[in-house]
Amino acid sequence: MDDHVTLDHGSGGGKTARLINELILPLIDQGKDGSENALCDGAVLDIPRGDEEGKLVFTTDSFVVDPLFFPGGDIGKLSVCGTVNDLAVMGARPLYLSLSFIIEEGLPLEDLRRIAGSVGETASRAGIRIVTGDTKVVERGRGDGIYINTSGIGVTALDLKPENIVPGDCVIVSGTVGDHGSAVMLSRNPELGIMSDGIGAQLLSDCAPVHREALSLAEGLGKDLRVMRDPTRGGLATTLNEFVEGRKDAGIEIIEKDIPISETVNGICDILGLDPLYCACEGRIVLVTAKEAAGKALEILKKCPGGQNAAIIGHVTEDLPGALIVRTPLGTGRIAAKLSGSQLPRIC
Amino acid sequence: MIRIMEVCGTHTMAIARSGLKQLLPPEVRLISGPGCPVCVTSQETVDSVLGLTGLKDAPVITTYGDMLRVPGSVFGDSLLKRRALGADVRVVYSPMDALDIAANEPDRQVVFLGVGFETTAPGTASAVKAARERNVHNFTVLSMLKRLEPSIRALAADPGFRVQGFLCPGHVAVILGEKGMRFFTDDLHFPAVIAGFEPEEIMKALTLLLRDVRNGEAVLRNAYPSVVNPEGNELALELMEQVLEIRDDRWRGMGMIKESGYGLREEYADFDAEKRFGIRAGDPVELPGCLCGEVIKGALEPADCPAFGKGCIPDSPVGPCMVSSEGACAAAWKYSAIKALK
Repeated sequence: MDDHVTLDHGSGGGKTARLINELILPLIDQGKDGSENALCDGAVLDIPRGDEEGKLVFTTDSFVVDPLFFPGGDIGKLSVCGTVNDLAVMGARPLYLSLSFIIEEGLPLEDLRRIAGSVGETASRAGIRIVTGDTKVVERGRGDGIYINTSGIGVTALDLKPENIVPGDCVIVSGTVGDHGSAVMLSRNPELGIMSDGIGAQLLSDCAPVHREALSLAEGLGKDLRVMRDPTRGGLATTLNEFVEGRKDAGIEIIEKDIPISETVNGICDILGLDPLYCACEGRIVLVTAKEAAGKALEILKKCPGGQNAAIIGHVTEDLPGALIVRTPLGTGRIAAKLSGSQLPRIC
Repeated sequence: MIRIMEVCGTHTMAIARSGLKQLLPPEVRLISGPGCPVCVTSQETVDSVLGLTGLKDAPVITTYGDMLRVPGSVFGDSLLKRRALGADVRVVYSPMDALDIAANEPDRQVVFLGVGFETTAPGTASAVKAARERNVHNFTVLSMLKRLEPSIRALAADPGFRVQGFLCPGHVAVILGEKGMRFFTDDLHFPAVIAGFEPEEIMKALTLLLRDVRNGEAVLRNAYPSVVNPEGNELALELMEQVLEIRDDRWRGMGMIKESGYGLREEYADFDAEKRFGIRAGDPVELPGCLCGEVIKGALEPADCPAFGKGCIPDSPVGPCMVSSEGACAAAWKYSAIKALK
């Protein structure tokens, strides 16, 4: 086989078939339950018809991250986590995934192998089956190595949405925030020299599927769980703004010192001039629960692997409807608006 | 009413982010001074930078991210817009990164936009020096470097200037030392305190400063002694001396100020973008409807600008104070309660 992807690999002919069958498919083999492992243009799927799982959740996302490989993950892992997590925070069990590669001519096949390997590994970790896919190749200079699109289908019985939020509710995050965004920014600027020898060495993206945590919360809290989101682009502050945007009766207040942020992320953000509250997470959940259920939610999260940093960070208030207020360590309050423009161009 | 001016954009941001103003008694006002490097850059200079991208065989523009959204004279124009239209504009975190780009791409001209005060001047100077040592001759610097002292002297000379004390910029003081801040007290007779950047450090400095204002004592205090020493950073000063020379410079809203900027010395003319590309700042230009010049001087507070939050927001800025990460309007917009109340 060649060393690099060429335009011929996207011709739809024999070379395309070989690339898919010999390189990609073995790495993303989902056929362990005896089903076909070859991907079809159109997949015929079983929909579970359990009593409580009544609704389909369908989501799509495209991944254009630069660089393709970053500390703690790569575009392959990210492309599965992104879609799995979008399903999970709707309270849905992830079932099926589509996978489309748009590859730039010249991408080393070794890179493609690593990426497809990550896709396969992450999908099986998340228990989602890749059932259909596509591969295209574009001319050199027309793409950044590889772009990936994934779409996912899951099922849920819940109706989680920001409208469920009422004053008095609690706001919780499942772990430290800002890790992915700052890790990607840092790996994009290796010349800063803090990557390998300094604090940067400890900084990993939090990129991970969160379906276990999400489903445990959905199961354990029932109606007391109002809404969940994975705070990706725009970070925690933007997600919380979206929860109460346009509301006349509810705003959110978070306590700055209660927000879990690693010292490393704080340090990197200081150097790069970023605000960790606006840095993307790719393996975290931010959720709102009824006040009396907050303790239980925290307990559930802390039992999950990597959940030791989960924390109650604030509450829903009537004070300043529609806005996110950050209570600073000085006791003062400030408004944190949605991210305007891009703090971090193209991190996911 | 006691009016205190903070002269550093990083202080402006830290003050806004911590909500520190809410803790001050109503008769104490904190006013932002000319401490945002991108904001004080004159409009004609911004326009000539944008002009560089329109040249045949246009150079690669390397810049701190702050400069990207600064509006040009033509509505909607900015480096960000130019980049979208095909210009090669790259964000770097230090001038050394820009030098590396030039070294790696010897067939391209690479211009670094040297914006900043005495804080960034040593880094810029060292990149120029390194370019010579490494023989990277496709690297040039467009110096827009500014000096703190002449701008403050110019402000203080204005009969309408109403400030009773200064919170001195900690970062500039790291380079210039306590001695570089003496003019506040010894010549201009203002109480002045060198402050760090944590909210607690700013509070401490303010407490000292307010006491001196009350007592009418024009003394200089160093409330950031862990990093600011009496003499400054001699190595940095030596580098600046070798590579840069003081010249008259134009400021947004303040016009030409004598000896207020740095250009490259004649010995380094080969690395001077002004010379290589024949850049001459044109006649003074003003952005229509933009009062950034007044904001920079502390004559107008962001919220009092008629454009603030109306025509001028970060997504569609009228002037640079709304887009720089050290701009007074950006700070007020990002961290204040004003828009929520609208």
